[in-house]
Amino acid sequence: MDNPIIQLENVSYAYPDAEAPALSGVSLEIARRSFVAVLGHNGSGKSTLAKCLNAIVVPQSGRVLVNGLDTADEDKLLDVRRTVGMVFQNPDNQIVASVVEDDVAFAPENLGVPPTEIRARVDEALRRVGMYGYRLHAPHLLSGGQKQRVAIAGVLAMQPQCIVLDEPTAMLDPVGRREVLSAVRDLRRHSGMTVVLITHHMEECVYADRLIVMEKGRVAMDGAPREVFPRVEELRALGLTVPETVNLLHQLREAGWDLPLDALTVEDCASKIAELIVS
Amino acid sequence: MLKDITLGQYFPGNTVVHRLDPRTKLLWLLGYIVALFLAKNIWGYALMLGVLITESALAKIKPKTLLSGLKPLIFIVIFTAVVNLFYGTGEPLWQWWILKITAEGIRKAVFMALRIMLLVCGTFLLTYTTSPLQLTDGLERLLGPLKKLRVPVQELAMMMSIALRFIPTLIEETDKIMSAQKARGASFDTGKLSERAKALLPLLVPLFVSAFRRADELATAMECRCYSGGEGRTRMKQLVYRRRDLVTGIVMVLILASAIVLRTV
Repeated sequence: MDNPIIQLENVSYAYPDAEAPALSGVSLEIARRSFVAVLGHNGSGKSTLAKCLNAIVVPQSGRVLVNGLDTADEDKLLDVRRTVGMVFQNPDNQIVASVVEDDVAFAPENLGVPPTEIRARVDEALRRVGMYGYRLHAPHLLSGGQKQRVAIAGVLAMQPQCIVLDEPTAMLDPVGRREVLSAVRDLRRHSGMTVVLITHHMEECVYADRLIVMEKGRVAMDGAPREVFPRVEELRALGLTVPETVNLLHQLREAGWDLPLDALTVEDCASKIAELIVS
Repeated sequence: MLKDITLGQYFPGNTVVHRLDPRTKLLWLLGYIVALFLAKNIWGYALMLGVLITESALAKIKPKTLLSGLKPLIFIVIFTAVVNLFYGTGEPLWQWWILKITAEGIRKAVFMALRIMLLVCGTFLLTYTTSPLQLTDGLERLLGPLKKLRVPVQELAMMMSIALRFIPTLIEETDKIMSAQKARGASFDTGKLSERAKALLPLLVPLFVSAFRRADELATAMECRCYSGGEGRTRMKQLVYRRRDLVTGIVMVLILASAIVLRTV
């Protein structure tokens, strides 16, 4: 892969007092402008992996390079963090200010950006997540999905090259989940930003270019979603369920119907079944 | 019930008082307090009363709202007045044992009560017309010179604004924990005082645990957004002194001068 944005070289990390390491010998490269989903159940090391990507966690052995900068280098810390932005699970605990636009302005203010440019960045970031109309609202009065979109705008205003979302929908209702996911997909489509989405919802991975499945601190599977999801038995062995669409196709196949397993979206799946019925 | 709590009540509005720079308003309050303590006769107090009435009229704050802020302080006002009542010297108008009331005592009592009320109302006018966020901002800029003495002004202002940001979140959380405890049979508003205090413990412990967890997560999130202390930070919203701030400043200087002149009357 030429010039990847993030490289992990044999990264290992164990939390103090933990029995098993959270990450053991992970090597990965994340290509620029790609949409990578990282999947795994609780304790698989996926959150630790996310935290390695912008130096919240510095590996005990191996190294992480962001744009060629080693995350262990304290002098380059700000450069790493402004390159890779991070959105967390709980929207309440990452909003700093009492007014939406002031919160979005937080990162550029920290970077010492001139006031007029901050204003421009804030307005653009809020428009991109569809929250411009709420710029003067108080965050605690917004819904979970709206708060999480404000948090995403807060990262966008920093103008990072890569955005890492660590289970951004885990605390949201279905409506909020949909809002946040469509905002994430828009990011990719319109700005070509590198997106790393950490999740345990299968459906959220369907639109990714690449799917990494984590298990016990290691990479268990790695490939395009249409290559990974058909491996239904393997995924089940890892304690993961496959998306509803794949599940349906899999059951139909077992019942003797000749269907492909790589129709991941609902539309694809429906049309494949329709084709079979027609023929 | 917790929803009713508001800190430093703010009544949003768009009057000239609301639009003044928070720094101007803070300095105004300082001048107002100095002028108030300069007053020592009826004319001095009349001036300050006039200032307060004009100010609240400009801010469109009803006298009733302003006076309602005094309610919790009634006891202190009366207590101070009564104590002062007996402290006059001169010809007693009324005497019983060692207690005596003189004309000067009455004067002192009335002025002292008036002074406290004017002080409280003047301060309330500031918080009524300035959002907590603006106040924090104004304080940060005004105290800016203290940075040279290594006072972490920006950090303190940041802490204050984060505290303001989390008040509603923590109130919501307290409500949730209370409901959860009530559902399991806890009671917060019956029983003796000691029992009620004990009932608060299962409320406070989870609240504290969650506050620490939130603080930890927030700190990580702030670091991810490149926060590294006050140094080198810029602000999106700049405070700018305008003509109205200059006018306000001149008015305050005139008030202070009149207050000094009126002392000699």
